[in-house]
Formats: sequence, structure tokens, C-alpha cells
Amino acid sequence: MLYTPSSPHFHANTSVRKIMMTVMLALVPGTILSVWFLGWGVLIQLGIAIIAGLFAEAIMLFIRRRPLTPFLGDGSVVLTGWFLALCIPPTAPWWIIVFGVVFAVVIAKHLYGGLGYNLFNPAMIGYAMLLISFPKEMTQWLNLPALALDNMSFSDAGRVIFGNPVATELDAMSSATPLDYIKTQLGLERGLTEIQLGSSRFGNFGSASFEWIAIAFLLGGLWLIRRGVIQWQIPLAMLSTLFILASLFYMVDPERYSNPVFHLFAGATMLGAFFIATDPVSAATTPHGKIWFGIGIGALVYVIRTWGGYPDGIAFAVLLMNLTAPTIDYYTRPKPFGHE
Amino acid sequence: MIRKLFPFIGGVKVASEKQAAAYAISAPELPDKLILPLHQHIGSPSEPVVEPGQRVLKGEKIARATDYVSVPLHAPTSGTIIAITDSSVAHPSGMQDQCIILEPDGEDQWYPLQSHAEDFHQLDPSALRNLIRNAGIVGLGGAGFPSSVKLNPGPDANIDTLIINASECEPYITCDDRVMQERPDDVIQGTIILKHAVSAEQCVIALEDNKPEAAQALELAIQEAGVSDITVVRVPTIYPAGGEKQLIHTITGRIVPSHGLPAQVGVICQNVGTTVAIYRAIQFGEPLISRIISVTGDVEQQSNMEVLVGTPVSHVIKQSKTTTSELRRVIMGGPMMGFAIHDLDVPVVKTTNCVLCDAGKNPNLPLKPAAMPCIRCGACADVCPVKLMPQQLYWYSRAEEFDITREYHIFDCIECGCCDYVCPSQIPLVQYYRYAKSEIWAREEENRKSDIARERHEFRQFRMDREKAEKAQRHKQKRAALKAQQGEEKPDADKEAKRAAILAAMERAKEKKSHSGVQPKNTENLTEEQKQQIKEADARRIARQQAEREKGK
Repeated sequence: MLYTPSSPHFHANTSVRKIMMTVMLALVPGTILSVWFLGWGVLIQLGIAIIAGLFAEAIMLFIRRRPLTPFLGDGSVVLTGWFLALCIPPTAPWWIIVFGVVFAVVIAKHLYGGLGYNLFNPAMIGYAMLLISFPKEMTQWLNLPALALDNMSFSDAGRVIFGNPVATELDAMSSATPLDYIKTQLGLERGLTEIQLGSSRFGNFGSASFEWIAIAFLLGGLWLIRRGVIQWQIPLAMLSTLFILASLFYMVDPERYSNPVFHLFAGATMLGAFFIATDPVSAATTPHGKIWFGIGIGALVYVIRTWGGYPDGIAFAVLLMNLTAPTIDYYTRPKPFGHE
Repeated sequence: MIRKLFPFIGGVKVASEKQAAAYAISAPELPDKLILPLHQHIGSPSEPVVEPGQRVLKGEKIARATDYVSVPLHAPTSGTIIAITDSSVAHPSGMQDQCIILEPDGEDQWYPLQSHAEDFHQLDPSALRNLIRNAGIVGLGGAGFPSSVKLNPGPDANIDTLIINASECEPYITCDDRVMQERPDDVIQGTIILKHAVSAEQCVIALEDNKPEAAQALELAIQEAGVSDITVVRVPTIYPAGGEKQLIHTITGRIVPSHGLPAQVGVICQNVGTTVAIYRAIQFGEPLISRIISVTGDVEQQSNMEVLVGTPVSHVIKQSKTTTSELRRVIMGGPMMGFAIHDLDVPVVKTTNCVLCDAGKNPNLPLKPAAMPCIRCGACADVCPVKLMPQQLYWYSRAEEFDITREYHIFDCIECGCCDYVCPSQIPLVQYYRYAKSEIWAREEENRKSDIARERHEFRQFRMDREKAEKAQRHKQKRAALKAQQGEEKPDADKEAKRAAILAAMERAKEKKSHSGVQPKNTENLTEEQKQQIKEADARRIARQQAEREKGK
């Protein structure tokens, strides 16, 4: 008996799993630096996130009567958990990440139809939900005068995460992120020079530690572009828009508006530009559409960071632009060959 | 000479798999029977001019062209016609079609041929086209469009460039490569003939830069022939470089309009194998009765064979020392655009360029796993050489939103398979597009038929109304004439009797009409003029019916 499938009979050696694995590989350097600067907590959060994610995915697949193996193995849920783990404070209690990941997988992914059908980036939905619901836990980051690895052992980190923290101990060690700190201090009518001089949070060009992590994500992202897994349009459009807007306002008043380089290397800018905004499922897909999509995110990030109520704007900017992706795609359809 | 190229957008770099390229063209043994489908080309099928039992000679015409877009068919060898019947043909659906079955007698005795080697320069292009048509030549690259039609761009076209398409961009296929290496002079002579046929200013033989031996052989042949206006151009090896519109863009930078023809931008494109066939038709008067195919993939003996049209695929595979039972899939054509055949007894036809055997040994030729959902990665759009939106076409084809697929230009899709090739979710994209296209065609056909029915009905209504009006008019005239007569004679009784007779006749007619449902034809007591009118109406009706029958066909 001869098989008679439809052409083409040739197939490139590619799969959803391989693409997701490539993205994970690109995340590794940034993740290692995160552990290096922010402590073992990052790794523990990552482990919890992946386990919770796989568990939630399996249950949803079972309920929806979908085959387990291909979907559990496609790597998409691991990435969702990974992204969320990188976004939350490394010492946040375990239920924070579990709640976030389960929400992301169940609500943002499977209720929309599972892999490929989600309108919004699941990790960012999880993050937004957590930020809105648990602002205290989500904004308490370790104060980082020195390497976190030296200050907190793996078991210490585990103890903090799994609910045995000596409250005062943790409070003494915790503080806001630089972006958050600037926001509150600016509210106290202090100038940026004064704010930055008076704190060890700020590094050479971004914020201490975070700037190096950001560079690792930037390199990972460039590698993804080179591998053809993501395209240059969204990151470039987003980063340039953010840079240009920040430059304009910085020129107007450097005491009230942070400098553009700080914006590029603070917070989750690089992770967002190369890994979050480029999530193909929820982003615009046409070549021109990707540029508009990136511009929108860049602008919204700046607006939210500067005038909004939240310290960082990546998640909200991405989610708001996810909303516009279908419309952008519709109006940026390329003209086919022969129709010029 | 360095020539500026204009690479097309998209395309994929595929593994070349041209293992067969090292094997010289061989000739297989004569098969026991040849199966010759009447429909091996685009256009109307040919019509047999032989009877079962008749002996035919090699190169003798056995079926004639039935239309402008049609070509005749010739006996590939001498032998006996044993049947004209339905038989499995090479088609993705595995369908059967009318075939002439020929049993070779092994003598290979030629029908007398007429060469035009000496005088083709004096022949005008239309005479050349006729020779090409009579030789049964169609595009050997795969589509099978009658070459004579393609070489006739119409009186308004101004052709400045003739492109000989020798790209052979599909993996595995090497038949054109071998022809160029082994018969470069034939290629050049064929090009000269074609150049004359289309009166082009310049000729380009375009081949992918992965065939350096072929390019060198051609360049040498050009030198020896002493022609200056034929150039060999190496184009980047990227699939589908040999797509006609893609190649024209690469060579000239011109964009053939959507649904337009190359002639509109001053170009005519011919496949290199076709060029050689045309050369043989003019030089020796040989019709197209054989072609070169690559038999490759999971076969014991890779080969390029010159096989007679009509040779069963199973025979070709056996000639490659391969057991057919080991094969799980046999592809006619390349792995990107070829189709898997249902039955190994289907014949090699004029458009068959490759028999690709798959026994599961090559990881590049997988049987596709179940598709994953589309993750909208956009890889498909990046490689589409037509700049379509494959992803959107997929969504709308799947949702059966066929009108929207048309908005997204589904009929510009050339089914090259690039999108499908790179899809990480292994979605059979091209299959979805084919489905959408065929559904749209089927619906259009349905609409067309219902339009015809409606028109017919409307015309019938119109005709009946007209006849009624004419009848009324005639009655009026008659009455007037009668009145005038009566005005002179006034025979009352006579008038009454006549009136009663008329009434009775009308009554009868009415009854008859209600019984038969057909308008009675009252042919008695008619004037010459009325008879003439009826005759004319009949003629009109018959002509119309004839036309409708033609259309219905």
C-alpha cells in the first residue's frame, strides 16, 4: 500500500519544540546572570514555575481531551513559566508564582483555545494579574549592595520562598527596584541627580546588576534574530521608540526624566523587547505590522514608566498592543508579487 | 560576463539531494506495453485516429489535437494498438482516463520523418509553431502547456528576451542537468530555433549555480556554434528559482502581473528539455515520444533514463534494480511540487521529470507527523516567493471563508510548498490552499450552470411572449383583411360558420396544449411568408441549441 500525502514531501528539520528550545537556550545567559546577581531564589522560582505550569497544562489538556505528549513536550508552557519566574521578585512567596503561572496557563492560554490561539501573552497576563492583586509581594526586591549569592544560601532562599521568613529580616533586606524607587522619589519632589547619587541601586548605565542581566538578554535576543527565530522589526522598533521618546524628554528636563540609556537597560526592557514582545502567537505578523507593533510598545512603556501608576510598563504595554495586533495585521497586508 | 541579477523575495534553501547527477543518461529496456493517456497536456485532450488492432510505426500520429490549446500524440515505438480504454493515469487523485494501449513489436520501425534542418530560417514563426504543435510538444518542465501556444505571444507583444529555464530547482531532479552536460549542442541549436520563432533580441539560458559542469558545457557549445546573443546565466540556488515568474524577475527585474503572461513584460520562457525536444522536431522531424527522467531516492541504481512516453512507472523502477514492494511512497516529480502516485502501473507522461522513490531511508522525506496548532511564527510569510500571507490563507481556508481567501489572493499561490516546508507546526498548508481553490472552482462552476439555466428560462419566456404577440398581430391583420372582404360581400351565414370553425379550432388547440404541455405547431394553412418565418425561427432555435450543447461540453 502506497502512501499518497499531498505535496510538499520535503520538510525542513523544524518543529514547535525546536523553536521553543532555541528560545530557552537564548534565555540561559540572562538567567544565569539573574541567579548570579539576584540569588538562588531565581532558580527556585524557575523550578516552581515550570512544575506548576506543566501540571496546569496537563490538567487542562486532560479536561479538553487533547493529547498530552505533543503539547506537554512542545516547550511553550515551560517558556511561559520561565518568563514569569524572571519577572517576579526572587524572594516572593511560592504561591505567588504558582498562582501566576496557573492563571496564565488556564485563563490566558487554554480558555482561549490553547497553544496558538491565545490573544494575549500568557506570561504577561499572569504578571499583570499578580501585580494588580499582590502589589506588596510583587514589588519587594532584595536590596543588592553585594552579590545576593553571598548573602543568601540556597536553603535560605528556599526558606524565604516557602513561607518561613523572619518577617523583619526580609523587610530589612528588601526594597523597591530602581524604576520603582525613582518613581516614588520623584513624587517627593527630588531631582534625579540627587536621587541617583543617594542610592547604590544605580549602576553604570542602567540599574545595578539589572544592567548586566539586560545585556545578557540583549545578546540572547540578537542570537535569536540571527537564527531566524524572531525578526528584527519588533525589538528595533520598540527600543528605538523608547530611546527617542526618552531622549526628547531628557533634553527637556534631565532632572525629571531619566536618561534614554537608563531606560534601555533598566527593568525588563531587553527581556521584553526580544522575548516577550516577539511572542509570535500574540504579536503582529506582517513585516510592517511588526514595526507598528514595536513602536506602540515602546511608546506605551515610556508613558507608563513616566506618568503611569506602575514602576515598569512592559507587561501592560505588550498586553495593550496584543489587543491591536489583528487590526494592525489587517491594515498592513503586504502587496503580493505581481500586484505592485 | 557579470550580469546584474534581481533575486526574488522569499524562497528556501533546500537540501539538493542530486545524487543522480553523476549518472549519464541511459536507455531502459522496452516495456511490454505502453499506456498513452490522451490528456498529457493542459487544454483539450487529443482524439484517437487509430483503431484497436491497427499496427502503427514509431512516430506515427495516433491521436489528433482537438483544439487550439491541444496537441497530437504519437506512437513512441512501432507496434499494435491493443485497446483504447480507461486506465490509471498519473494524477494526484489516482483517477482513470482515456488511454491508447500500445504493444511494442520490438522492431522500433520509424514512420517517415520530415526534417527542416536546412530551411527553418526561412520559415515564418507561425509555420515553425505549426511544426512544433504537430510534433506534440508541450512544456516538459511539469505544467505541460502546449509549446506552440506559449510561443505565440500575439501580434501586440514585443518580445525582447527569451529565457531558457534550466534552473531545475527542485531537489533530486537531475534530468535537465544531464541533458545540458551531455547534449549541450542540442540545447544551443534548440535555443537558436526558438529565438527565431519568437524574434527575440537576446537569449538567456538560466541555471542554478549548483550546476557548474552544465554551465561550462553550454558555454563551450555557444563558442563552437559561434553565436553571440546567447548567454548562460547562473542564478542563486534557492528554491523556487525555476518558477517562471521568479526566474523572469531574477533575470530581468521585471514583474509579470498577477494572472498575466510573461509576454506582457516582453519575455518568453521555455524549459530546457522542451528546447531540446523542439530542436529534434525541427532538425529530424521527430515528434515528442520520449523524455529524460531521473529515477532517484531510495533506489538501488540512481539513474537518468531516456524513457518512452507511456512506459509504466513500475517498469522504470524495476530498471533501477529496486523492488517495488519495499517502497512506501513514489513521487512523480520533485519532493516539493510532485505528487505521490496511487498505482505503480501509471505511465510516465510528457510532463514527468522524475520518479522519486521513498522507502523511508531519507530523513528529509518524512511522512508528516500530526500537525500542531499554528503558532503564528510567520516563517511561512518570510519564505513565500509571491509575498502572500500563508498564515491568513490557512486560517480562512480552514474556516471555509473562501471569499476572504480570494481577498488574500489565493489564486496567486503557485503551490511551491515553501511555506509548508518551513512550518514548525507541520501544517499541510498547500493542501489547505488546494482545497480552497477547488472549492471556489466548484462553486463558480455551479454558479455558471445556474446562470445558464436562468438565461435559458428567461429567453424561453421572452420567446413565448414574442410568439404570442406575433400571433396576435397576425390575427389582427387577418381579421382586418377579412373585414375588408366582408365589407364588400357581407355573407352573414358564411361569416358565422367561419367564426364557429375558428372558435372550435382554438378550443381544440387549447385542449391539445393543456394535454401535451407543448405549444402546438400549427403548420396547416400557412402563407409562404409565415412558413418562411417559422423556418427562420426553427433555424434560430436549432442554432441556439447547438451553441448550448457546445457550451455544455
